Amino acid sequence: MARELIRLAEVSKNYRKGRELVRVLEGISLAIEEGDFVGLMGPSGSGKTTLLNLLGGLDKPTSGDVEVDGRNISNLSTGALAKWRASNIGFIFQFYNLLPVLTAARNVGLPLLLTSLSASQRKKHVNTALQLVGLADRAKHYPRELSGGQEQRVAIARAIVSDPPILLCDEPTGDLDRATADEIMSLLQRLNRDYGKTIVMVTHDPRAASFAHRVLHLDKGELGAAPEEIH
Amino acid sequence: MNRFTLIWRNLWRKPIRTVFTMLAVLVVFFLFTLLEGLRIAFSLSDVGPAAQERLLTSHKVSLIMMLPIAYESRIARLPGVEAVSHGTWFGARYQDNPEFAQYPVEAEQYLALNPEIKLDEGQKQAWLGNRMGAIVGRPVANQYGWQLGDRVPLRSSIWTRNNGSDVWEFDIEGIFDDTDAGMNAGVVLFHYDYFDEARAFGKGTIGWYVSKGNGSMPIEDVMASIDAEFENSPAETKTNTEAAFAQEYAQQFGNIGLIVTLILSAVVFMILLVTGHTMAQSVRERIHEMGVLKTLGFTSGSIFRLTVLEGLLLVLPVGILAMLLGWGALTLVAGTMGAMFPAGLQIGAFSITLGLALMLAISLGSVLPPVILALRLDIVALLRTT
Repeated sequence: MARELIRLAEVSKNYRKGRELVRVLEGISLAIEEGDFVGLMGPSGSGKTTLLNLLGGLDKPTSGDVEVDGRNISNLSTGALAKWRASNIGFIFQFYNLLPVLTAARNVGLPLLLTSLSASQRKKHVNTALQLVGLADRAKHYPRELSGGQEQRVAIARAIVSDPPILLCDEPTGDLDRATADEIMSLLQRLNRDYGKTIVMVTHDPRAASFAHRVLHLDKGELGAAPEEIH
Repeated sequence: MNRFTLIWRNLWRKPIRTVFTMLAVLVVFFLFTLLEGLRIAFSLSDVGPAAQERLLTSHKVSLIMMLPIAYESRIARLPGVEAVSHGTWFGARYQDNPEFAQYPVEAEQYLALNPEIKLDEGQKQAWLGNRMGAIVGRPVANQYGWQLGDRVPLRSSIWTRNNGSDVWEFDIEGIFDDTDAGMNAGVVLFHYDYFDEARAFGKGTIGWYVSKGNGSMPIEDVMASIDAEFENSPAETKTNTEAAFAQEYAQQFGNIGLIVTLILSAVVFMILLVTGHTMAQSVRERIHEMGVLKTLGFTSGSIFRLTVLEGLLLVLPVGILAMLLGWGALTLVAGTMGAMFPAGLQIGAFSITLGLALMLAISLGSVLPPVILALRLDIVALLRTT
């Protein structure tokens, strides 16, 4: 049995919008095992991205604890969280978020600037990551010279280049056509299956969700099982 | 890739904007350097130490009014005075060039009182032995291409000769350097005897006396005793240090200097604002990317350093290059118009420090506000920006 990698205990997240208190997440408890591939679905505004942000240490819960690999990240300082993210989490966004001024290889190499690797080691890691996503021949291309699917694969290479155990994906196929979306999902599936990455993916797309081991449904800040079994 | 690559690539994000910003910075600091050079030239405030010790005695009413030559021996006899000499404004021009400074002087006494004038001994002897001889500051010789042995005609706007001509001829017997780069740097000095004999009017008068205290009493007391000596005479005197005199003299150019300074300051300030705004805009456009970098694990501190370094990289090299170009331009102008700027057109340590401080102010002033505002937002808010 795989060990538990992520654990949320009674996590709530509130925002204040003017005088109104907006309860985005309410008492969420969740356990995700190492090597799991979890799809997170739900209507817009249901708190999916907020939950993902909490898992990735981009945001802190109003109450409750977020534990990753036995470490409670809810209490970490901003600086410590940044360091923790760099070595534990790979983020994949809907709109890729590549830096337009850098080539594909340099975008992929960005997280490695935070490590103590030498320049030659960094280059080797970048090449490996680009090969893994099938874009070694596009290393010197700028994002504007790539298709949406290629940009997303560069973003995936960037997410895995420092070999983090967890990948957090926010609508990774939301901006892609079906064929390209399938390619991206197959790539994520391979990273999960062959490289043991634990993946949590927010999606609206049932087809993308079908690649996950299990799908959780979030509605009005509360977590439940998917209304119908997708997988 | 390293962090410098990231800074460099961000710097050239919009090459045309970067080039224009750099051009603006270039213009700002080129103008700034010219401005400083002119300010210093017009202020003449950097006279050397000798000018603080020497006294200048002129007519109490106006510098253009003459004093009797007989005052020289009376000043020399006063307690506290070590030596005395004199000078007179000759007011001549060479060919069609602007008027510059020439003084008829008593050669040996004048040189003794002005030790900052460095003249070769052989040239000094040649000058002393030639009544029509003159020595010239190097900036003047360079500007007009005068060589030793040249006979040069100068046309005086004040002094006519006995024969009615206003053209005076001099033999260039010496070219000197002024180690203080002060009032003497750009002058022609020639013999008073030759001048006094040949002039059609004003014989036996001089423009001002130069004297030096012997240290037995405070310099202020020496000044007071000189003026007291000629109190209630037809030609009362006003004595001051040469440094103070230089300031008064410079005030006749002061308005020009002030106008030039104000215009250039306004230009520099406007370009500074535009440059600062452009740089700030460039940072604001990247707030979303700052969120991405923070997501990847970059700390606020490291993003702050990257952005600040980029701002410095945009301004400092170009600013320094501009100041070097400005310095080159000042040197060029001083070389071709040495007589107009006898003290040279120079910028000193103060100007360089001020220039560097301005560069830092532009870099940091334009980059810091947006980057600090951005980094105070949390990552989620940064990622929401477009």
